[in-house]
Amino acid sequence: MTDDRDRTDAVQPDDAGAVPADVLAEQADHPTIPAATPGTSQPTGFGDYFTLWTERLRAGELGALPIGLGLLVIFITFGILDDTFYTARNFTNLLLQMTVFATIAIGVVFVLLIAEIDLSVAFVSAVGGVVMTLLLRPDDPGWPAWAAIAVALLITTTIGWLQGIVITKAGVPSFVVTLAGLLIWSGVVLVLTTSASQVGTIRIQDDFVVGILNAFLSDQAGWALAAAVILGFAGVNSWTAFRRRRDGLPSKPTSVIVIQTVALAVVTIGAVWYANSDRGVPRATVFLIVFLLFWSFVASKLRFGRHVYAIGGNPEAARRAGINVDRVRIMVFMIMGFMAGVGGIMAASRLRSVSTAAGGGNLLLLVIASAVIGGTSLFGGQGRVISALLGALIITSIENGMNLLGLASGTKFIITGLVLLGAVLIDAWAKKRRTAVGVG
Amino acid sequence: MSATPLLQCSGVSKSFAQVHALVNVDFEVRRGEVMALVGDNGAGKSTLIKCIAGIYPFDSGEVRFEDEVVHIHGPRESAALGIEVVYQDLALADNLDVVANMFLGRERTRSGYMLDEQSMENDARETLDSLSVTTLRSVRQAVGGLSGGQRQAVAVAKSVMWNSKLVILDEPTAALGVAQTRQVLELVKRLAERDLGVVIISHNLHDVFEVADRITVLRLGQQVAVLNREDTTQQDVVHAITAGTLTHVPGMQDTGAEVSE
Repeated sequence: MTDDRDRTDAVQPDDAGAVPADVLAEQADHPTIPAATPGTSQPTGFGDYFTLWTERLRAGELGALPIGLGLLVIFITFGILDDTFYTARNFTNLLLQMTVFATIAIGVVFVLLIAEIDLSVAFVSAVGGVVMTLLLRPDDPGWPAWAAIAVALLITTTIGWLQGIVITKAGVPSFVVTLAGLLIWSGVVLVLTTSASQVGTIRIQDDFVVGILNAFLSDQAGWALAAAVILGFAGVNSWTAFRRRRDGLPSKPTSVIVIQTVALAVVTIGAVWYANSDRGVPRATVFLIVFLLFWSFVASKLRFGRHVYAIGGNPEAARRAGINVDRVRIMVFMIMGFMAGVGGIMAASRLRSVSTAAGGGNLLLLVIASAVIGGTSLFGGQGRVISALLGALIITSIENGMNLLGLASGTKFIITGLVLLGAVLIDAWAKKRRTAVGVG
Repeated sequence: MSATPLLQCSGVSKSFAQVHALVNVDFEVRRGEVMALVGDNGAGKSTLIKCIAGIYPFDSGEVRFEDEVVHIHGPRESAALGIEVVYQDLALADNLDVVANMFLGRERTRSGYMLDEQSMENDARETLDSLSVTTLRSVRQAVGGLSGGQRQAVAVAKSVMWNSKLVILDEPTAALGVAQTRQVLELVKRLAERDLGVVIISHNLHDVFEVADRITVLRLGQQVAVLNREDTTQQDVVHAITAGTLTHVPGMQDTGAEVSE
């Protein structure tokens, strides 16, 4: 329907027939709103909302649909192939594994939004984990956890700042700068770990740091978390809808809010119940939710976030609008550095140690794949922070399932690569649809 | 239409190295008037509007805006005066919706830091309504999904949102079909009805004769004619564009001595 209307506009723009019928209908209901008011064709009821959703789908705005279908396929496949996949034990493991990927992928989402790339994330995260671990070593220098964490994050954020400066001021593509960064920071990780330990592995003995990814909430705290998530979602959505209606703006229909809240409640309550039947909800899940909420807020509610999207969409337009494009870009790379550092600390906590292997393997591929599979476009300007979580959920489920099946490394790489390829193809197809039909 | 010019450039010149892009040009726009700026490629149209917009400074000459002598040192300063330029490429971010584009770089915030989406959406709609832009389905539609004419309308609406007094449109109809060109020209007329000064650059004399009150013709960096649309024909304008009388010999160092014809 979207495409039909656009074509109508293009052919006979002055024709009254181009005005959608629902606009005219609504005009009759609200005589104070002029017929010309754009926006009155926004959905008012559940039916309209559903129609709009299917329209968007056809126009390449897929939202979370591929993720939902992907998860369904993954869960059914591994559920059939392996008995342990569905156990509560494995479910909490999955939550823990996902946290590291999702945390780093939040930073990747920001970088992709401005149509850049950061290939150094994995080793920058490792630098964060290693620096923290070294500072924590008892009596050498035996820093308190908060200080070690703060310094580690300061260093990774500074790395992001440095790379951002080189990319913006010297005009070198981020691909090349962060490729150099990949080598440099992997070298730094090796130097630090081997100079600190003969075997190249340094254990973490600080209880707080180990607890970051190895502690679990009590059952009650888990339920409180679920309640907070559900009520928070319902509250924010209702409040927004109420404000928009009060100002006479189109808003999300109550029926849709109710359905979404119920769906969220089912998933959340189910997850907490299942996790509680094992060790409980990991404490790290709380950290992840806080980070997701905070960065979603930054991306969608602040001027900074708006400018990030604008730069991804059209840097020249952003520059002419008076936005300090270089400053925003540098800040995005700092966000990347910070979130990489957080992820590195989490990874170190999970393993209770760091080693020469920190940041290696396929961590880089998996976090970038998480952001992309979650629906963040590689072409810039399209995507949401939550896609870091959704993508990480897919990637982790596949990794986890393949590990349970005991597949060989080679096979795992091939399958993960095929999934990433599929996600990128969906992205490219969606982009083509968006340009053809024209919805962003 | 008032008689005192809103913008008056007197004897402005601009050179790039050896190229004299503008030589001693007089140019004025009145309130409520559509002034067309025509000329062949390389006649200096773009240089003139870029200097007015503050992208580069004039080498010499005087610019008066609302009867005050002004020196415009950058796009920010011209915007502060109330001069807005809609460039040919429109400078819209396709991935953002209409409201976000209209407020890009000047977003309104609530309690100091949160975007005030509602107030921006209301004002965007009001501005579009006041310009009778009726073909937009929703102001929350991404700009990438709009037709060429709709995009132009959004860019124009964006330029009039900021209490602007002078709107300069660079080839607004160049890429548009017949019906959309008509829409945009209607929009241009409406801007003048709001008592704004409007400058429209166009190669299409048909469009120019449809909207312009007066026509300034540039040729090889010099102003060769200012014509009232009512007293002139397309042929006169074509003649001025291709063979208008030059007061300075192009290519020679200008010493102020005028060449007699």
